[in-house]
Amino acid sequence: MEHLKEPLIELIRLAATNLPPDVEKSLRQALEREEPGSAAYGALETILKNVELSRRRSTPICQDTGTPIFYVYHPEGWSTRKLRQVIQEAVAEATRRSYLRPNSVDSLTDKNTGNNLGDDHFPTIHFEEVDGDTLTVDLMLKGGGCENVGAQYSLPARVGGGVPAGRDLEGVRRAVLDAVQKAQGQGCSPGILGVAIGGDRGSAYYASKEVLFRKMDEPNPDPQLAEMEERITEEANQLGIGPMGFGGNTTVLGTKITGLHRLPASYFVTISYMCWAYRRRRMIWKDGQVTYE
Amino acid sequence: MRKVQIPISDDVVRSLEVGDPITLSGVMVTARDAAHKWLMDTFITHKREPQGDDLEVYEALKKLLNGGVIYHCGPVVSQTETGEYRFVAAGPTTSIREEPYQGDIMRHFNVKGVIGKGGMGAKTLQACQEVPGLYLHAVGGAASWLAQTVKRVLGVYKLEFGAPEAFWVIEVEDFPVVVTMDAGGNSLHAEIEARSAKVLEDLLSEETS
Ligand code: SF4
Repeated sequence: MEHLKEPLIELIRLAATNLPPDVEKSLRQALEREEPGSAAYGALETILKNVELSRRRSTPICQDTGTPIFYVYHPEGWSTRKLRQVIQEAVAEATRRSYLRPNSVDSLTDKNTGNNLGDDHFPTIHFEEVDGDTLTVDLMLKGGGCENVGAQYSLPARVGGGVPAGRDLEGVRRAVLDAVQKAQGQGCSPGILGVAIGGDRGSAYYASKEVLFRKMDEPNPDPQLAEMEERITEEANQLGIGPMGFGGNTTVLGTKITGLHRLPASYFVTISYMCWAYRRRRMIWKDGQVTYE
Repeated sequence: MRKVQIPISDDVVRSLEVGDPITLSGVMVTARDAAHKWLMDTFITHKREPQGDDLEVYEALKKLLNGGVIYHCGPVVSQTETGEYRFVAAGPTTSIREEPYQGDIMRHFNVKGVIGKGGMGAKTLQACQEVPGLYLHAVGGAASWLAQTVKRVLGVYKLEFGAPEAFWVIEVEDFPVVVTMDAGGNSLHAEIEARSAKVLEDLLSEETS
């Protein structure tokens, strides 16, 4: 597995310093929707200049390089124990090279480990076996500010000052809009919403992050959810919170929804809020060749 | 975009309103949790005795902060072979953690501007009216860009707090911020929150078609 270490370090470098093209494009479109000279316009301009500078200098886009979350899709017969080990080595080395800020803190002693390693959950690694002989590693860096404004609703609930949100898509819409209004600019808006309907409290947060790997302009395969995604994005933008909460036309760049089976007794709506620094990258390893997306 | 020079005069402070995007040039000082707590305990509530170089640092800060600006930032700083410091990443950190201290520190040192992100509460807003002063919101996450507006690092105090927590004295040029709390007692955060709550209410009363 040692041969995967350098390619994985490169995956981390790319994620931390080079914002994906679809996200940058969406930020540029947001800039066009704002009034030149306004606070919102200025914020987006600064964000875009920052994105270019980080790419050119290979420095972190944001100093909070977040929790590294890996989704590993491996061929049959690979040792996940060894994969975990090489990923951890790559994370520690990427931290040493300053692509990542040391972010892993022991919750009981308050000590920072200094190398972004902790227990089995830091970095977070999910494994899934797939057909064929290709290894795919998806990486997301999830910052703290936006993670703090994520939310989970157990429906039925009352939202937005007392309006009932029931166990249907309309209830989902109400809960998500409530979460966006509560977040204000605190999650470094404009954000991207990862929404999971159903599941249990744990599986739902997991799915709400996984769905954020879809591309910005990738429509939901389910037409009903595709329509809901567009509607929520459009209505969230009517809230007028704007970039950084300065007011403006873009509060949310996009919404991604997924559905999970649930217990008859539970109906969760789970929202992971991703800040504008939407850092996600993919590495594909096939026949000894590596490519990145 | 209006350019504002530090130190900032009372007239300039009073002429600025929430929602105004401005750029700052001049000398500012970074400070976050440890720095605020130390200032408060040692020189304002006198909970602890000054020790070591405390009084020297205090005298230096009094000059720098009179009419000056505090920046809530824990920077990533590199040092060149000749020992010079350079800011590598310098985005704002969440300001509300300094709410218990900020108003008193603004009054004590005559601080005209506090930069951070996320806004602050009623005590700071009250101090903005009295001093008078401003809360200035920087762009969260724009760490590389903001670091490159730092032209020179003039010095550092209390490095023993750790690099992110120390007082870094920096000279900036065209540092972009938006006024979100002003000397007239207005808070853009409160306004946007109230307005968006109203829109939300309307959106939620509409049924799915
Ligand atoms: S929310 Fe995102 S952009 Fe904002 S400070 Fe955290 S990681 Fe950076």
